[in-house]
Amino acid sequence: MASLVVDPSTPSAAGRVLDSPWLSFTLRRGARFLVSMWVLVTAAFLMMHLVPGDPVRAALGIDAPADLVASRREALGLNDPLLTQYVDYLRNLLSGDLGISMGSGEPVGTMVVERLGSTVQLALLAFVVAGAIAVPLGVAMAVATRAGRRRGVELVFATSSMLAAAIPEFLLAVGLVYVFAVNLAWFPVAGAATLSSFVLPVLALAVGPTAILARIARVEMLAVLQDDYIRTARAKRLPARRIYLRHALPNALTATLTLGGLMLTTMVAGTVLVENIFAWPGLGSRIVQSITAKDYPVVQAIILIYGGLVLLVNLLVDITLALLDPRSTIREA
Amino acid sequence: MRTRWLAVVRTPLGAAALLLMVSMVTLAVLAPVIWGDRAVQVDTDAIHHGPSAAHLLGTDGLGRDILARVLVATRTSLGLATLAVAIAVGLGTLIGTAPSVLPRRLGRLITGAVNIAVAFPALLLALFFAVVFGVGTQGAVLGIGLAGAPSFARLTQTLSASVDGLDFVAAARVAGVSRFRILRRHLLPNIAEPLVVNATVGAGAALLAFAGLSFLGIGVQAPSYDWGRLLGEGVNRIYSNPAGALGPAVAVMFAGLAFNLLGETTAAVVGGRARTRPASAPGFAAAAVEEATGGGHTDGSAALENDVILHTDDLHVSFPAAKEWVTPVRGVSLTIRAGEAVGIVGESGSGKSLTALAASRLIEEPGVINAARLDFCGIPLLTTPERETRRLLGRSLAMVFQDPMKSFNPTMRVGRQLAETAVEHQDLDRRSALARAIDRLHAVRVPAPARRARQYPHEFSGGMLQRAMIGMGLMNTPRLIVADEPTTALDVTVQRQVLRLLADVRAETDAAILLISHDIAVISQMCDRVLVMYAGRIVEDLPVAELRTARHPYTRALLDVVPGLDADRTSPLGVIPGRPPEPSQFPTGCAFADRCRFATAACREEDPLLRPSDSQVDGDHRVACWHPVDGDRLLAQQSFVPIEAMKAGEIGG
Repeated sequence: MASLVVDPSTPSAAGRVLDSPWLSFTLRRGARFLVSMWVLVTAAFLMMHLVPGDPVRAALGIDAPADLVASRREALGLNDPLLTQYVDYLRNLLSGDLGISMGSGEPVGTMVVERLGSTVQLALLAFVVAGAIAVPLGVAMAVATRAGRRRGVELVFATSSMLAAAIPEFLLAVGLVYVFAVNLAWFPVAGAATLSSFVLPVLALAVGPTAILARIARVEMLAVLQDDYIRTARAKRLPARRIYLRHALPNALTATLTLGGLMLTTMVAGTVLVENIFAWPGLGSRIVQSITAKDYPVVQAIILIYGGLVLLVNLLVDITLALLDPRSTIREA
Repeated sequence: MRTRWLAVVRTPLGAAALLLMVSMVTLAVLAPVIWGDRAVQVDTDAIHHGPSAAHLLGTDGLGRDILARVLVATRTSLGLATLAVAIAVGLGTLIGTAPSVLPRRLGRLITGAVNIAVAFPALLLALFFAVVFGVGTQGAVLGIGLAGAPSFARLTQTLSASVDGLDFVAAARVAGVSRFRILRRHLLPNIAEPLVVNATVGAGAALLAFAGLSFLGIGVQAPSYDWGRLLGEGVNRIYSNPAGALGPAVAVMFAGLAFNLLGETTAAVVGGRARTRPASAPGFAAAAVEEATGGGHTDGSAALENDVILHTDDLHVSFPAAKEWVTPVRGVSLTIRAGEAVGIVGESGSGKSLTALAASRLIEEPGVINAARLDFCGIPLLTTPERETRRLLGRSLAMVFQDPMKSFNPTMRVGRQLAETAVEHQDLDRRSALARAIDRLHAVRVPAPARRARQYPHEFSGGMLQRAMIGMGLMNTPRLIVADEPTTALDVTVQRQVLRLLADVRAETDAAILLISHDIAVISQMCDRVLVMYAGRIVEDLPVAELRTARHPYTRALLDVVPGLDADRTSPLGVIPGRPPEPSQFPTGCAFADRCRFATAACREEDPLLRPSDSQVDGDHRVACWHPVDGDRLLAQQSFVPIEAMKAGEIGG
C-alpha cells in the first residue's frame, strides 16, 4: 500500500518538467521569436514594394526592352494584388523558396545558402575568440583592481580597452591589411582559401567586441564581488579560486552573456563590412553587390537571413541565461 | 553645473575631447573655403601618384589631391552624421514618449514594435532603409537616422518610465495636469541630460555608420564625396598608394574618437564622478601592529583560560575615505567563553557589525584591522598566515547574516551551498557532503529537506533560508556562531522561530553565540551578557540580569525606548533625541555627550575608559562614563520594561 502513496516531495519526472518555470519561459520566448520573425518577413516583403520606382526596371536598366520588363514582372508576380503576393511570398518561404534573382534568373536559395556558411563561420569564430579572451581578462581585471587596488593597472586597462572599442571594424581591417598583408605580407589580403586567410578578418571583427566585453565582464564581476553572498562564501573560508570561479563568475556571466549576445548580433552585421574589405565569399559581399545591382530578391533574402540569425541568437542567449540564472525566468513573467 | 564642466575640462580626457572636437568643427567650417578648389582640381598629368611634396597623400584617378579631399570632406562627413543623429534622436524621442500620451493599447503596440526593432543591429536596419529610400546620400541619411531611432526610443521609454514613478509626476497626475503638459514640463526636462550624452555617442556611431555605407558604395555617390567614399577608393589601391587609404581612415578614427571622448566627458559632467583617496594607512596602525607582533603577545595568550573562544584587545577597524582614514571601530576589547551568549547592542553606525566582521576576519581591503590582540580558539588571527587559519575558522566559526535572501548565492542550489563547506573543510566527497547537508537542513527544521536541498534560494521563504543559513554553520562543529542582526530582515512571527533555533543550537552544541542587534529586547532574551556600543566603542558591559541597574545614560536610554505591554498606547513611542556622530566626525571626549542630559564640560574633554562599575563587587559590570547613573535611584521615574517580563513573554511562546 505504501508504494501507492505519492510522496509530494518527489514529484514524477514528467510533472517536474511541465511545472518547470524554465519550460514556460522558453515557450514564451519561442512565441516572441515567432512574432518577431513574422514582422521581419513582412518587412522584407514590403521592402520590394517600398523601393522608389519599378524595381524590375531599376534592376534591368533603362535600356531594357519593355516586353522583357513586363515578362519579368509577370514572372515575379508583381502584377498580382499585394495581398496575393504576400500570401504567395509566405507560402514560398515556408517551402524554402526564396525567389529568383532579377539579374541572373538563378534561384536565390542556392545562391545564398552556399555563402551563408562562410559568413557564419567568420562571425562565430570571431565571437569565440572575443569571448575566450574577454571574459578571463575582465574577470582577472576585476579581481586585480577590486576595491581600488592597483590604480595603475586599472588606468592602463580602461584606456586601452576604450581605444580598442572605439575603432570600428572596417578601419581596423584597413589597418590590418596595411600592416600585415601589404607591408609584412604575413597573411593573404583576400579570399577564404586557407586557414591563414581567417586571421585578419577574425581579428578585425573580434578586437572591438573583445574590448567592450572585457570592460563589461570587469564591471559585472566587481558588482558581484560586492554582493552579500560573496561575503557568505568568504565566511565559509572557501579558497579564493572557488569564491571567484564558482560563486562570483556565474552571477557575473549572466549580464555579460546578455551583452555578449548583443555583440554577436552586431558581429553578424559587422561581417558585411569586413567581408567586403577581405573579399570574403559570404553574404556580406553578396548583399552589397546585389544592392548596387538593384537585384532586390537577393537583397530581400539576405536581409531575411541576417535578421533571422539575429533573432535566433537572441533566443539562444535568453534560453541559456535562464539555465544559468533561474531567477531570470521569473523576472520576465 | 558650470564648475563641474570646468573641473572635467581640466582632466586630460576632458581637455583632449574638447580639443579634438573644436579642431574638427573648425576644419569642417574652414576646410572647404581654403582647400575647396584644390580638392576638385583635375590634373591629368598626375593620375594615381604616390605621396610627394606637392601631394602629401598622393592623387586619385583624376589627379586630384587626396589630402585636400580628406580635409574638405570633414564638412560633409560631420554634417551628414549630425543630420542622421538628429533624425534618430527626434524620431526616437517622439516614439519613446508616445506611449505616455497615447491610448494605452496603441502605446503598448508601439512599445512592442520598438522592442522588436531594437534587437536588430543598427547597420542591418540602415542597410534595409538605405535600400528602401534608394541608394545615395539621402537614402543613407534617412537609413542611419531611422536605424538609430529604436534605441533612442527605448532609452526615452526607460528614462521616462523612471521619471514617471517619481512623486512629483504622480502628484501632477493626481492634480489633473494634462498628459501633454506632464510630458513637456516634467518628463522631457528630466530626461534631457542622459539623452544629450547618448546623442553625442550616437553622433559618433552615425559618423562611423555613414563612413561604412559610403565605403561600401551605398552612401554618398560621386561626384560628391565623404571620408567613407575616399576610404573605399583608397582601399582599392592600397598596394600602390597606402597613404590614400590611411588618410581618410585616420580622419574617420579621429572624428569617431572625438565624439566618443566628448560623450564620456559629458557623462562625467552629468554623472558628477570624482574620486580621491587618502595616501597612506592610518597613523596609529603601525604602532598597533608593532605592539601586536612585538611584545606581550605570546605571554598574554598563555595567561588566558583555555575556554576562551574569542578574545579581542583594543580592536580598531579603519577605512579610507575622501581625504583621510575613518575609524568606525576604535578600541573594542571583548572576551567570549565556550557556550556563552554575548550580545552587542547599539544604534546603526555604532560599529557593532564591523566589530563582528573584524573579529571573524571578514573585513576586506581597503579596510584595515588593527588590534593589540585578536585571538580565536587561542590562535592569534592577525599574525598567523591566512592559509593556516582557514580550516580552523571554516570549521569552528559560523556566520549568520542579516538578509538571508541576499546571503545565499542565487545561482547555486541550497544543498550545494551547504555541502561545499564540508567538502572544503572535512574532506568529504560531494555525495556524503550533500547527505550531511540534507541532515543539517532537517536539524534546523526545514521541511522535506531532500527536496529543499535541490531548490534554489529564491524558492525558499526568508525564515526558512535563515534557518538554512544556521544549518550551513552546523555543517561543521562551530565553537562560535556570529549572528549579525539575524532577524532584522524577517517578519515578526518568523523572528521568534529563528531566535529559538539559535538558542536550541547553543544548548545542544555548546557553541558560543555573538549576537549583534539594535534591539535590546532581543538581546536580553537570548544572551548572558550585553555589550553596549556607541560610536565605535563599548560604553557598557554587563550581565543581562543586571540590565535593570545599567549605569550608562545611553544604555538607560535604549531601555527606555522599548515599549512594554503595559505602555501607554496614546503617548508617542519613545525616541533618543539627536543622532549618533558619523565615524568621520567623532568628537573628542565622550561621543555621547551631545545627547546626554548628565553631560558636563569634563565629558567633552576626555573620553572615559571602560572601567569596573564602582557599585559592583564582583567586577563583571564595566561602564565608560564620567557620570554613571545610579540605577536604583532612576528606576522609580523611568518606564522601561522589566527584563524578566520580556523574557517570559517572548521566548517562552
